[in-house]
Amino acid sequence: MLNNSAGNLNESESFGKIQNFFKKNKRKDTSTFLNKILGNKNLGDMIFERLTLLFAVLVFLLVVFMGWEMYSHSILSIKKFGFGFLFSSTWDPYREIFGALPVIYGTLVSSFLALLIAVPLGLSVAIFLSELAPAWIEKPLSFLTELLAGIPSVIYGLWGIFVLVPWLRDTIEPYLQNEFPNSPFFQGAPYGFGMLAGAIILSIMVLPIISSISRDILRSVPYTQREAAYALGATKWEVTKIVLGNAKSGLVGAIMLGLGRAIGETMAVTMVIGNRAQISASLLDPSYTMASAVANEFTEASSDMYLNALIELALVLFIISIIINILAHLLVWSSERKWK
Amino acid sequence: MEIKSYKGKFTFIRRRTTNVVMLSVSFLAAIITIAPLILIFYYTISKGIANLNINFFTKLPTPVGESGGGMVNAIIGTLILIAIGGGIGIPVGILSGVYLSEFGKNKFGAIVRFFADVLSGIPSIVVGVVAYTLVVIPMRHFSALAGGIALAILMIPTITRTTEEMIKLVPQSYREAGLALGIPKWKITVLIVLKTAWKGIATGILLGLSRAAGETAPLLFTSLGNRFWSTNIFQPIASLTVYIYQYASSPFKDWNDQAWTAALVLIILISLLSLVFRIITRSKYRT
Repeated sequence: MLNNSAGNLNESESFGKIQNFFKKNKRKDTSTFLNKILGNKNLGDMIFERLTLLFAVLVFLLVVFMGWEMYSHSILSIKKFGFGFLFSSTWDPYREIFGALPVIYGTLVSSFLALLIAVPLGLSVAIFLSELAPAWIEKPLSFLTELLAGIPSVIYGLWGIFVLVPWLRDTIEPYLQNEFPNSPFFQGAPYGFGMLAGAIILSIMVLPIISSISRDILRSVPYTQREAAYALGATKWEVTKIVLGNAKSGLVGAIMLGLGRAIGETMAVTMVIGNRAQISASLLDPSYTMASAVANEFTEASSDMYLNALIELALVLFIISIIINILAHLLVWSSERKWK
Repeated sequence: MEIKSYKGKFTFIRRRTTNVVMLSVSFLAAIITIAPLILIFYYTISKGIANLNINFFTKLPTPVGESGGGMVNAIIGTLILIAIGGGIGIPVGILSGVYLSEFGKNKFGAIVRFFADVLSGIPSIVVGVVAYTLVVIPMRHFSALAGGIALAILMIPTITRTTEEMIKLVPQSYREAGLALGIPKWKITVLIVLKTAWKGIATGILLGLSRAAGETAPLLFTSLGNRFWSTNIFQPIASLTVYIYQYASSPFKDWNDQAWTAALVLIILISLLSLVFRIITRSKYRT
C-alpha cells in the first residue's frame, strides 16, 4: 500500500517534469490568434475540460438546488408554522394544523433502536471478516452481506408484512407481554405492526452498511500494529481490541452512515410500522416516521397547505440526513487518511 | 510455556477464555447477519414461484377477484424508467467522474467529491419530492419522465465515484505514453484512459442501474403507476416496485400472492442486468 502510493507520487512528479520541459521549449512561431487565447492548450482539451467541469458543477449544484427547490415549495407551511412545526404534536390535515413532532420522534426512536441491534452485530461481523475469517469463508460472506445491501427495500417490506409481522404478533409480542407485564415498553394490543417491527426491519437493512464500511476501516489499519501486539504476546482478541482502538473514529463514521440510511429509509418501514402519528413509549404501538408520512400522504394531499407541510417534512429529513452524512464522511475520511 | 506463579496462570487462563468467547461471538454474529438474507430469499422464491408462469410476462393486471393476469406493463415500465434514468444519469456520472480524476486535484474537486458522497446519502423519498416539484408540478400530471429523473439523481453519485476510482487505477505511464506521441489530452482520456477503465466503470453503472430498478419511494408520486399498457414517457407508467407495494398492502389474497411473484421477477431482472453487463465487459476486454 505504502510502496504503491510512493510509486504514484514519483510517476506524477516525472509527468510534471515532462510537462514543464515542453512548456519551456514551446515553439514560438505557431502563436496564432487561437493559441493566444488558449495559451499552451489544445482547443479540444479546453472544450473537454470545460465540459467535464460543467457536469462536476452540476453534481455540486444538485444538492444546493434540491434544498432550494423544497424550501420554495414549502414556503406556505414554513411561514405559517415557523419553528413550531418541529415541536408541535398535532398532525391534522382537516383543520390544516401540522406539527412534525410525532413523526420526528418515530424517526429518531426507530433509527436508534435499529442501531441498538445492528451496531453490535455489524461490528462483530466486521471483526470476523477482517481479523478472523480465512479467505475461503471471508469472500463468500462478504459477497452475501453485499447481496443483503442490494435487495430492494420494498422486498424487505413485503417480507416484513407476511413473515416478520405475523411472527411478532403471534409469538414474540405475547411472550414479551407475559415476561414483562408491567414494563411501559410492552403495553397495548400486540398488532405486530408497530415500532418493534419497524426497528427490526431497519436493523436488518443497515447491518450490511455498517459491517462492510467497518470492515474496510479495520483493514486500513496497518498490519504492523497487529504484529507489534502479537510480538508482546497478545491473544487474538487483545490484538483486535488494539485494532478497534486505532480505528475508533472511522467506526463511529460507519455507524453514522448506517444512521443516515435508517433515518431516510422509506418503503420497508412504511409497510410495517403501522403509520399512526402518535408518541407512545410502547414498542408494540404503531408509529410513524418522516419518510413514511411523506410516502403515505403525498398523493392524498388535497390542499396546498397540506402539500407544503409534507414537502417541509422532506426538507427537514434532507437537512438531518445531510448533517449526519457530512459528519460521517469526515470521520471515515480522517480515519482512512491517518494511515496513508 | 511454563507459568510459575498461581496468579500468572489464572491470568493466562482468563485471557485465553476471553479470546475464545469473543471470537465465537463474532462468528455467531456473522451467522445471524446472513440468516435474514436466507429467509428473504427462501420466502421470495417459494411464495413467488407459484404464480410465475407465461401469463405473468404477457398479460395485463386483472381486476380484483379475477384470477390470472400478469404484469407485462410493469416489467416494461421498470425497464423504461431505468432507461430514462440511465440516459440522464450515466453521462452526467461519467463526465463528472472524469473531471474529478483528471482535473479535480484542487479544492473545487474536493468539494464536488464531498457533495457526491453527501448526495448518495440523501433519502430516495426526498429525491422523489424534488422530482415532483421539478417536473410534476410544471407539467401538471404524473409522468414516467419525472420518475426517470428521480432515478437519474439517485444514480449519479454512485457512477461519479466509481468512475473516478476506476480511472485513478489506470497507470500514469499510459497517459505519458499518449502524451509522448503528441496526442491531445482529451483524446488520451477518452480513447486510452476510459477504454482501459471501462470494465470498472461498467460495474459502477450496473450498481447504479440495479439500485434504481429496486427503488420504490421516489416513484410513488412521480411515475405513480398505471393499470394499463403505456409506454408514453409523458404519462404515468407502471413499475414492478410500486406494484409490489400496492399489492402487498392490499387485503386481497390474489394480489398478495402476485406481490411475491413480482418480487421474484424483480430479483431475476436485477440479476439478469448484472449478467448481461458481465458478459458485455468480459467478451470485449479480457484481462
